[in-house]
Amino acid sequence: MDWLFMPRWPAIAVGVAIGLLECVTFLFLDKPIGCSAAFARTSGLIEKAIRGSAAAGKPYYRLFPPVIDWELVFVAGIPLGAFLSAVSSGTFRIEWVPSLWGTIFGPGILPRLSTALAGGFLVGLGARWAGGCTSGHGISGCLQLAVSSWLASAAFFTGGILAATLLFSLAGG
Amino acid sequence: MERIPFLLPESAKKPAALFLGVVFGFLLQKGGVTRYETIVGQLVMVDFTVLKVMLSAVLTGMLGIQVLLQINLVTLHPRHGSFGSSVIGGLIFGLGFGLLGYCPGTAAGAAGQGSLDALFGGVGGMLLGTAFYSEIYHRIEPTVLRWGSFGDITLPELLRASRWKVVIAVAALLAAVLSAFSLTGL
Repeated sequence: MDWLFMPRWPAIAVGVAIGLLECVTFLFLDKPIGCSAAFARTSGLIEKAIRGSAAAGKPYYRLFPPVIDWELVFVAGIPLGAFLSAVSSGTFRIEWVPSLWGTIFGPGILPRLSTALAGGFLVGLGARWAGGCTSGHGISGCLQLAVSSWLASAAFFTGGILAATLLFSLAGG
Repeated sequence: MERIPFLLPESAKKPAALFLGVVFGFLLQKGGVTRYETIVGQLVMVDFTVLKVMLSAVLTGMLGIQVLLQINLVTLHPRHGSFGSSVIGGLIFGLGFGLLGYCPGTAAGAAGQGSLDALFGGVGGMLLGTAFYSEIYHRIEPTVLRWGSFGDITLPELLRASRWKVVIAVAALLAAVLSAFSLTGL
């Protein structure tokens, strides 16, 4: 059982296991794995809590009602699983600034947090605009051979390569 | 509507989803893809872990789902797309992906391993971004999202080829790319 406590598993082994997890999800829940809709439902739930039921009338919430569905429960399980994995290998650590960011942009929390916040905003906006993220399109949609997913995934990586390359070349890294 | 023989009753879906989510998060963290360095390393092309995980997941899942489809145990759920939705939305996502260094699933996982930039910047930013989308949805739905609409077609339908043929061709392509990564030591 030593492998259970290793900090890293081979990437291909993890990929194969995720592929099998997709099969299980299709078999028992009749839906592919996806993560970004859960964020839309959560922000809808927060808006409903603040603004009351007036928020529920928004056209987007008629499509994705702000309720706790099983996909939101699935996404809530992710940090729990990652926590167990990190603790099992002793790699859990509270960290505001990732080490790579720190070596290039310095240890300040504010630059990292503001960049992450801006990036997160675009990730949330773009995922709902494209109808999925790296899980829903990148893995689940591509494995079903959906044209929308292959196209969206190509765009995800095009934009990602562009932004990361620009960010790091700005710093001369 | 075809019946899915193993579909869980409504009451069992959330407990099952919690378990599957925990397994998914565990796998993402063990794979190293909840680390900022791994994702940015992929985007600047020095670390190919993200593509190795994704392509082997697509390869395995595609073959598995094809077999399960053949024996009527699953149904497909391909999503609708258009150039305005898939390409423009995908590029917006990609720019954010490069700045944040996590995607929605891996940001949730990174929060669980103690990465607070993923929790406060990533998850917080994504909630704001999805909230903003719900504000503009009624404006872009009749316009941008419909540009170049192609519906929920799949590659076999696009190529007018049998599903098995396309599955085998894509599987061969993915296997070749994965072998190339391992042969070149990436």
